[in-house]
Amino acid sequence: MAFRVSKSDDVTVIDVEGQLIVGNRQELKQKVLDELENGAHRFVVNFSETGYIDSSGLGVLVSLSKKIREQEGELRLASLNEDLRTLFELTKLDTLFTIADSREEALEGL
Amino acid sequence: MDQELILELPNDVRSIEHAVEYVMRHCSTCCDRARRFNLNFRVGLTEALSNAMLYGNASDPQKRVRVEVTVRMEEVAVRVTDEGVGFDPALVPDPTLPANLSKSGGRGIFLMKALMDEVRFNDQGNSVTLVLRLQGEAEA
Repeated sequence: MAFRVSKSDDVTVIDVEGQLIVGNRQELKQKVLDELENGAHRFVVNFSETGYIDSSGLGVLVSLSKKIREQEGELRLASLNEDLRTLFELTKLDTLFTIADSREEALEGL
Repeated sequence: MDQELILELPNDVRSIEHAVEYVMRHCSTCCDRARRFNLNFRVGLTEALSNAMLYGNASDPQKRVRVEVTVRMEEVAVRVTDEGVGFDPALVPDPTLPANLSKSGGRGIFLMKALMDEVRFNDQGNSVTLVLRLQGEAEA
């Protein structure tokens, strides 16, 4: 489980390598908050290597989205597999986030 | 024939992923090809353990969580019990209501109920049993 942070122009991309669950959600939160503190405003969280997310993982995404919006920034999600999409749809969080099919699509126009 | 597995976990959320994978491997002989098992049971069990550790046991490292898994031909059931005082699951609000959608918490029990075929709490509210039925599972 790891979170790889990179830049694409001035967008911060975080690749989630593994699951986003209660045991590691604080690590993701801290990485994003550190980037926000350093002036980043636009974020893509890429889930192409993620099998599942639990409610704590969903919760941290909601919380980060709120904080980023407060800084007039934007958070987009990318590359959710079928299982992840199911979880977002069940919880209706698909209505709260911009979800792109791929990292490249998420970066377009951000 | 029933297969049973009993685990006693430390009250540490970092142990959850390994515990869930261990249980999934234990159950894999009967159901590793079923998508509902791989997603629904995995996430349902993760939620039950997370609730037990964070809320039931109030993150107390001295406490433990007991996990009892029973695998039958037609279903897999897991009971997760914490050492807390319990709670009333009926009081947990629906996280999909517009007023609750942007709250960061409150989705654990909802996901358990949405993903499992049965979710039963004991009267005290410190033990939950999750059941996922496997009959007719497609190899999705």
